[in-house]
Amino acid sequence: MNSLIFYSFAAILLFAAVMVITVRNPVKAALFLVLAFFTSAGIWLMLHAEFLAISLVLVYVGAVLVLFLFVVMMLDIDVAPLKEGFARYLPLGILVAALIVVEMITVLNAPAFDIPAPAVVEESNTRQLGRLLYTVYVYPFEIASVILTVAIVAAITLTLRQHSRKLQDIGKQVAVRREDRVRLVNLRKKQDEGEEKP
Amino acid sequence: MIVLSDYLILAALLFSLAVAGIFLNRKNIIILLMCIELMLLAVNLNFIAFSHFSGDPAGQVFVFFILTVAAAEAAIGLAILVLLFRNLSTINVADLDRLKG
Repeated sequence: MNSLIFYSFAAILLFAAVMVITVRNPVKAALFLVLAFFTSAGIWLMLHAEFLAISLVLVYVGAVLVLFLFVVMMLDIDVAPLKEGFARYLPLGILVAALIVVEMITVLNAPAFDIPAPAVVEESNTRQLGRLLYTVYVYPFEIASVILTVAIVAAITLTLRQHSRKLQDIGKQVAVRREDRVRLVNLRKKQDEGEEKP
Repeated sequence: MIVLSDYLILAALLFSLAVAGIFLNRKNIIILLMCIELMLLAVNLNFIAFSHFSGDPAGQVFVFFILTVAAAEAAIGLAILVLLFRNLSTINVADLDRLKG
């Protein structure tokens, strides 16, 4: 039963990955990427990494891939010229991918990796991870939060438009003169001129 | 019975698909970013498989940090992409030759 689930999830994951790299429309590619992340969250659940599986769905599918979809839909892209060279580079891509697969499978089929699944740990995965994260890895954890802050600041600064910034120029405000703001209009004289015209 | 090498081979297949995707879609920056995400996913799968089969949760902590850095990378990458499209109105890698490299 377990292996049936694993192989079907693996098949869906590989299918989604193939569709991501071959499909023409970037929106469809992003949606297939969602499928790939969802399926691998299922595989991570089989590996008893419950916390990471849930955070993969929440953080990746919920935030990063929605951001991808947002950007893809925001930009008005002409897809046709982006796909040229697809057929030209297909043999090279397949060759490199096949080489990597053959090499990895030769190495990974060694008997050293034929470890059966260990006994299930009684403690909950989240508690285990939390204890490690706040004791042994507390310093990297703080650095990760700093990295996230820097990323937020960088992303906002990069995409901020200049004219949308509302800043006061104090020097300009102080240096203003009466003639710049007030215009005196002699109304009576204008009215007289208007009456003479017809 | 599923052993460790099954998971590792699945991750290797996923990683090589992502490499092939970078070769095939070398003009479209969005798909290139998606292929990088797929690569990171394959690496994370490796980490979690090793962590599970060796009974050491430290591998999962590492995946946690990789997820953090990958989220930051995706946010900045997409911000640069939006900026690029606003200035040049193209995301074709072939057109990005301002530096004459």
